[in-house]
Amino acid sequence: MPKEPVAVVGIGQTKHVSARRDVSIAGLVREAAVRALEDAALTWADIDAVVIGKAPDFFEGLMMPELYLADALGAVGKPMLRVHTAGSVGGSTALVAANLVSARVHRTVLTLAFEKQSESNAMWGLSLPIPFQQPLLAGAGGFFAPHVRAYMRRTGAPDTVGSLVAYKDRRNALKNPYAHIHDPGITLEKVRSAPMLWDPIRYSETCPSSDGACAMILTDRAGADRSPHPPAWMHGGAMRSEPTLFAGKDFVSPRAGRDCAADVYRQAGISDPRREIDAVEMYVPFSWYEPMWLENLGFAEEGEGWKLTESGATELDGDLPVNPSGGVLSTNPIGASGMIRFAEAALQVRGQAGAHQVEGARRALGHAYGGGAQFFSMWLVGAEPPTH
Amino acid sequence: MRDVAIVAFAQSDHLRRTDELSEVEMLMPVLHRVLDTTGLRAGDIGFTCSGSTDYLAGRAFSFTMALDGVGAYPPISESHVEMDGAWALYEAWVKILTGEADTALVYAYGKSSSGEVRDVLTRQLDPYYVGPLWPDSVALAALQAQALIDAGETDETALAAIAARSRAAAVDNPHAQLKGPVPAGEYVVRPLRTGDCPPVGDGAAAVILAAGDTARALCPRPAWIRGIDHRIEAHSLGVRELTRSPSTRLAAERAGAFERPVDTAELHAPFTSQEVVLRKALGLDDSVTVNPSGGALAANPVMAAGLIRLGEAAARIHRGESDRALAHATSGPCLQQNLVAVLEGESAHA
Repeated sequence: MPKEPVAVVGIGQTKHVSARRDVSIAGLVREAAVRALEDAALTWADIDAVVIGKAPDFFEGLMMPELYLADALGAVGKPMLRVHTAGSVGGSTALVAANLVSARVHRTVLTLAFEKQSESNAMWGLSLPIPFQQPLLAGAGGFFAPHVRAYMRRTGAPDTVGSLVAYKDRRNALKNPYAHIHDPGITLEKVRSAPMLWDPIRYSETCPSSDGACAMILTDRAGADRSPHPPAWMHGGAMRSEPTLFAGKDFVSPRAGRDCAADVYRQAGISDPRREIDAVEMYVPFSWYEPMWLENLGFAEEGEGWKLTESGATELDGDLPVNPSGGVLSTNPIGASGMIRFAEAALQVRGQAGAHQVEGARRALGHAYGGGAQFFSMWLVGAEPPTH
Repeated sequence: MRDVAIVAFAQSDHLRRTDELSEVEMLMPVLHRVLDTTGLRAGDIGFTCSGSTDYLAGRAFSFTMALDGVGAYPPISESHVEMDGAWALYEAWVKILTGEADTALVYAYGKSSSGEVRDVLTRQLDPYYVGPLWPDSVALAALQAQALIDAGETDETALAAIAARSRAAAVDNPHAQLKGPVPAGEYVVRPLRTGDCPPVGDGAAAVILAAGDTARALCPRPAWIRGIDHRIEAHSLGVRELTRSPSTRLAAERAGAFERPVDTAELHAPFTSQEVVLRKALGLDDSVTVNPSGGALAANPVMAAGLIRLGEAAARIHRGESDRALAHATSGPCLQQNLVAVLEGESAHA
């Protein structure tokens, strides 16, 4: 029996900010969920199951928060699953929810991801105690900067590319009312002159720490027929994982990322992603990851990703817009960041992305990664239902 | 819907402390054993899913190291739930139903000895109103036990008998941590005595799932999952009737547990009093063999104990000791979240 097609009929986000002191964790997630229900014109009673994700529990100092959040998310008496796959979790959570629909276990599922980093201290939440880990990784930037260096060395990319990405994403964020960082005075010169944090990554090329949540309502074909707004249809979705460290690991272009993208394109019948995909929401927490992932995801040949960025193709008005929402660089409630990529891809093909809408977007890719560039989750959504 | 079965199960010996072992070292032999049972290698598996919690390990992303133990290269299709491994099995079952995988490896582990598990579990509670008071897991279970006694559903003698029966059964379980005659002991929190409480310990477990003919090829008598469902209740103890478990009842209905009687039930009841609640919700009478493994009162590696119930029930079917078994897992304070699966051997279905 073929799988049930999966449609996105509701999307809700909170306004992402550094500290939402006006709401509890429960209040934050409920805000996103209610907006998704309103978008889908559904009520809590229409939801068959809840799938929730977030990054490490230490970020809020709360163990297995789905237990406490069951009431706020209308899950009482329903099945509730809690996914955790590091930074890719927002994407994985959506895929676990989508599987419930495509396997016909449930018809309509609420999926939600969040992070309320202001409740605790993410820096210490990530500081792994000796002897479990080498003591000096100095945050995520310290882990990823050497891999950016390796990319530059390998491809000969000039050191100006990273600032182009940051300048673009921060300008795109100005068009997205939910984005965290809104800097109307942004200039390329300001990006380039920001302090160096982890060479070659400047302060202006790093993601913020945000409080925020993102929710989606996924449903079957019958549910999509009742949707008051155009649904986004899932054409492919996949997860891939590989170990953190091993001899031969390619941190610049991990094989798990390449395999994951290839699986999604196979499911969606995409043979030339560069021409067949209209918009990409890519997980870019440090600006240099745009050219790196352009290669990893098959949009550019190996060594050519930075040229695509430099050409302006990834600008909002380019022919392959990347992160029209402003991306992770502008908004990073860690556990939600992957789901925001998936949801923004869906908004694009529904034609509901407002001022950051890519005109005529019919197919869009949502991408997330996590851990030591080892966990990947992606989906491809389209304006039309899948034909195979 | 595709037929999916548990075709292999392995678990560690559950021990009070494993200071000399990392989580990966504790898990590795279990992964090898469950794969060896079927002859499969990590690369043959269609989907992998695990359950664990960072709060036991005392570090973020503890599951990423455990993944290294699987040997995830070339890259694998993989996911993780921050829940008991029983829910990882549920996610894997769904994945197989989509047709995207024919086999799945599911594992779970927990090292309670790394910290004070009674204190650690208080961090599950509402972080604004209840968590700051640090009510520990035994105290919360004692509230439930006292409510049962006040309602006339049980008494301390009956609870002691549950403990004695479980630990007598565990004598035949080579992996159990606590077995044989165990004194009722002193009160920990009234009305619960040490004998009513689970041992604190470390352990790991793994199962392999397979669909249809793949399952038949991998196992002489697969334990078919006839139904599986899970439900959650409100978090606040003040809005729940602690002597009942409506989520268990509903999950069991959805899993088809009441369509025909079961001969075996593996219940995830870390406290004697919780077995009373679960038996009532599931309508189990004395004709059903409950917790022949000794249950969570004999070994309770947090985050693996629920998956072990599914594994133990399946293993009895594999061995021909059961035709239709019920397996149950729980999560959260006082049985807040519950999963029920019904497993059958081939002959029971024919």
